[in-house]
Formats: sequence, C-alpha cells, structure tokens
Amino acid sequence: MNRELYLDPKELKIFRTKQIIGKTLLYLFLTIMAIYIFIPFYWMIISSVKESWEIESMRLTILPVDKQYKLLWPWDWQWSNYKDLLFGIKKAEGEIGTEWLFRPMHFHLMFRNTVLVGLITTAGTIILTILAAFAFSRLNFKGRDLVFSIFLMTMMIPGEIYVVGNYYTFSSLGWTHSSNLWEIIGTLTLPFVGSVFYTFFLRQTFRQIPNELYLAAKVDGTTDFKYLWKIMVPIASATITTIIILSMIGVWNAFVWPSLVTNASNSTPDNYHLLVSNGLFEGLKNAIDSSGERAILNLQMAGSTMVTVPLLIVFFLCKKYIMRGVSRSGIKG
Amino acid sequence: MVEFKKDGWRAAIALTPMILFLLVFTFWPIINSVIWAFLDDFSYGGKAISHGELGGYRWITGGTFIKVGIANFKSVLTDQLFWVALRNTALIVIVSVPLTVIIGLGIAVGLNSIKKFQGFYQTVFFLPYVTNTIALGMVFATLFHQNYGLVNIVFNKIGFAWINGTTFTGTTDVTLVTALTVLTAYTVWNGLAFKIIVFLSGLQNIDKQYYQAAQIDSASRWRIFSKITVPLLSPMILYITITSFIGAFKAYSSVIAIFGTGRYGPEGEPNMLITVVGYIYDKMEYGGTPYGVAAAASLILFFIILIITVLQLQISKKRVHY
Repeated sequence: MNRELYLDPKELKIFRTKQIIGKTLLYLFLTIMAIYIFIPFYWMIISSVKESWEIESMRLTILPVDKQYKLLWPWDWQWSNYKDLLFGIKKAEGEIGTEWLFRPMHFHLMFRNTVLVGLITTAGTIILTILAAFAFSRLNFKGRDLVFSIFLMTMMIPGEIYVVGNYYTFSSLGWTHSSNLWEIIGTLTLPFVGSVFYTFFLRQTFRQIPNELYLAAKVDGTTDFKYLWKIMVPIASATITTIIILSMIGVWNAFVWPSLVTNASNSTPDNYHLLVSNGLFEGLKNAIDSSGERAILNLQMAGSTMVTVPLLIVFFLCKKYIMRGVSRSGIKG
Repeated sequence: MVEFKKDGWRAAIALTPMILFLLVFTFWPIINSVIWAFLDDFSYGGKAISHGELGGYRWITGGTFIKVGIANFKSVLTDQLFWVALRNTALIVIVSVPLTVIIGLGIAVGLNSIKKFQGFYQTVFFLPYVTNTIALGMVFATLFHQNYGLVNIVFNKIGFAWINGTTFTGTTDVTLVTALTVLTAYTVWNGLAFKIIVFLSGLQNIDKQYYQAAQIDSASRWRIFSKITVPLLSPMILYITITSFIGAFKAYSSVIAIFGTGRYGPEGEPNMLITVVGYIYDKMEYGGTPYGVAAAASLILFFIILIITVLQLQISKKRVHY
C-alpha cells in the first residue's frame, strides 16, 4: 500500500497487477469455501420441499420445479413433506394395523424429551457448578489446589471410558431401556450434571471479581451464600448464560449415550424416550417397512431441517454467548 | 494477598454435591473400567451366579470373573476387527486433521486480510459451529447419494457408489476410499467453524506493529505469513492440532450418520469404516460377556491418545512461541 510511493511507474504497474491477482485469488478461495460450507444447508432445506419425483429425476434443480421444469413459487413447494414426516404416509389400513409407506416420526415427543432432559441437566449443572466454582475461587480450605487439579485431570480422560462404566451402573439399576419415563430421564441426565469443564470456566470468571467486593460484603455482615447469590452470580451472568446455552445444545446434539440407553426398537408414542439426535436417526432407519425403492431423501432432509433450524436460530440469537465459550474450549473436538 | 480465615465447612457444603456426582459418574466408572479390563472373562451381571453356582468364577460387585489377568487386552489385540478399526481411525486422523487445520488457517488468514464482505463470509463460515452431527451427516449422505445425490448429478456420475449402492449379488460397490472421501468431506466441513473462530481470535491479537515493520522492510506476503503469522499463531495451531487430533480419534457419530444403516458401512459390509470407539461400543452393547474387552479397548484408546498428545507437546516445545 504505502510501498506504492517508492516504486517507479513500471514497477508500480506490476505491483498493482500482482495485488489485484492476489485479491482475486483470495476472494475466489473464500467464495469456494463459503459455497462448500453453505451447500449442505441449502440442499437440505431445498430438498425438504421437493416432491419425490423431482428427487428421483436425477436432474439438477436449484429450486423446486413443476413437471415442466418451471420454477415454483415458495407457496407451491411441497411443504406437505413436513406433514408426512410427522403423520406418516399410509399404504393401506389393514386388519392387523396400519401399513405404512413412511412411518410417522414423533418429533413432538422428541422435542418434549429433549427439552425435559435439557432443562433438568442444565438446572443441575448450574447449581453444582456455581457452588463448586465459588468454593474453588473464593473459599480458602486445605487441599483446594489438589482437589482442583484432580478435577482437571479427569478432563483428559476420554468420555468413552465413562460410557463403558456408566452404562454398567445404570444397567444394574435396571434403568437402561426402561419403559419408565423417569428412570430414562435419570439415566439421560445424571451422568452429565457434574461438569468439570463448566466448573473451570465459571471459576475463571469468578476469580476476576475483585476480592474487595467480598471483603466489603463481609464487613456489612453478608453471609457467603447471600454474597454468592446477590453479587457473584449477577456479575458472572454472561458466563452462566453461556453455560446454560452450551449445556442445552449439548443435550440437543447428544447421540451416543441416548442411543445406548433408550429403547429404540419398540418405541410406541406412549413409550417414546428418544431425544432428537437418536430419534431422527432411528426414526428414519425404521421409517420404511421393506427396503422400498421409493426415495425418501426429501423426508430425510425435512427431518434434518427440523433438527438443524432450531440450532441455527439459537446460534444467531445467542452468538455472543456461544462465542464466549470458544476461547476456553470448543464444544466439539 | 488478603488473608482469609479458614472456610473448611463452607467449602465442604459447596463442594459436596459436585464431588458426589463426580465420584459416582466420573471416578467410579473410571475405576470400574480399569478393574474390569484386568479381570479375565469378566461377565457383567454374573453368568455363573445365574446358573446357581460359581464354578471356577469369582464374584465382584456387578459380575463374575475367572482370575486377574490380561486376557482382555490379548483378546483386543489379537482381534482382526480391532486392527481394522485402528487402521480406519488412523486414516481418518491422518487425512482430516491436516486438511482441517490448513484450510481453517487459510480461511482465517484470508478473512483477516479482507475488508469487503468480511462480515458476510464470517457469518457463512461460522454457520456449522453448533450443528447436529446426525442431521448434517444425513445431509452429506444425501449429497453423495448414488442416484439422487447432488455431487453425482453435478459431475454427471450418476450411479457412482460413494457410500451407498449394492450390486445384484448383494455385495457393495462402495470402497474404503469413496467412503473415506465422504467422511473426510463431512469431518472437515464439521470442524472448520471452530478452527476458524479460534484462529481468527488469535490473528486479531497479533500486534499490528510486526506487520508494519515487515512492510517497511518490504517483505513478501509469504515471508510475512511464515515468519510472523505462523510463529505468533503457533500456540493456537498447537491447541487446534491437539484438539482436532483427539476429536478425530474419537470419530463415531459421523460414521454412523453418513451410512444411516446403524452400522459403520454400507449394507453388505457393516464394518467397512468401523472406528475404535465403534469397536468399544459394539463390545458393550451386543456382547454382554465381553464387557471387560470393551473396558480394555477403551483403556488402549486412552493410552494411544495420551501418547500422541504427549509426543505432540514434546515436538512443539521447540516450535511453539508463547
């Protein structure tokens, strides 16, 4: 930029050309990568409102079209795919029961279970985390650093080891694959309530609160609990909000543990304990009776959209808070 | 330093709930896993007990075993499938980790140096940050579908089997290479956002003076990148490399999601892309008896990750500037 001042006209021309080529290449690279990132979202949403014949037509259509390959207006798109997803497509009403071309997927139940499990896990996590972070950041007791380093050490151990052990714990209680909603909820929530990572995260924030506040509160005769509740928690509210959001997203995306402990094979609506991730997976896997040739890719994409769009909305609304967690550690590996 | 009076009691009250939960759901499972791994023929639930006699079995909380030994580790290490899983996992790591780190770094540096549309690009690149592994895995499965997938339509390769596709004889056309390609495309896509965010925040913390000094010396772009940006970003690069390494080593859900069969491969070859974590869960879920094997395999996974993390830290000691 400033270099231009020192160059003679000929060099300047070469320099400028080089710069333009560089900029163009850079934008080209960024655009290609942006397309790579964007296409899965785009294709998911567009496919979810296409008719089956269009999916099977093997022709590239950027937007839903009619049979003459004319673009359709958004209100003419196949929104009924979402209805089919939720209520299923019937083949015939037989004597033994309904035969399905596509079995209904119980999204309302998945959402209910996920929100319930998410709220319980998050509430438990928040209470435990606030108390523990307070102890580690403000209280003075023997072995504080030792206990904290033991806590931190567990973060290095891969989650698979806990899964092996916890699966056994809950199986021996008879809570896995149980038909009792509360036993399943216990199985899905309890292992994730105590979180070392969030404790560490909140402790960092608590430590930034000046000691003088604590001492002033002490002079005024405030109890520790009241100080924690009335002063520290409000000051750290941004971090606590981040923990709440990350914890809810974690439950929304939990797949391994729910699919190990919930009953997927014989889930009737009144006995349905799947969360969104494994509910989506199992629902689509079992959606078609025989390995029918019918392309259900549009319904599959409608299902993926149902799970993805809430996440994107949360991401845009709470971007500020979600990004706070990044600097500490990612929510994915 | 302000002297506090001792708060032992208060600390005990504040910490008890957390410690209780961690003891039951974190420490207890770890201890259990380690113990089970060293119990030969450990059977969960206790199979000898159910037959009314102990036979040669001994009783331990939750199950029975024959003797203390290393039979579980032997069984893992002599299992062909474990080596397939380890090979697949290693392939996933070797292919996807460098790709994500390099592309992520490239995008972050690029984003940091442009002014026009920066916000727009940033929004797009951050989009996959909180996505659901299963849902988006299914999207990638759709994109690479044999007959109806966008990729095959665009490149006019309809019928090409990436991750699904069976022949009349019931075998599959899908090969390890095609399946791994799809998985890599997905893994990179899935991991980019986090890497870009971390790199960008690192780049924004680099003092502008270095770049001004380089400009005065009329250093080339590549020189600036390799002599200023990379060294000053090296702690972030190390952090990202280690975390993505660990993440890739634990690949599981993404494999399950792209195949959609509930297994690690297309129909006809269920174990094509089985990973170490998949191997562990299989031993837990279907067997019942080889529970000790699952525990042993999870310990092996832990040690592999530990060793490679330590190695990375050692190597980086010379190269990372703090």
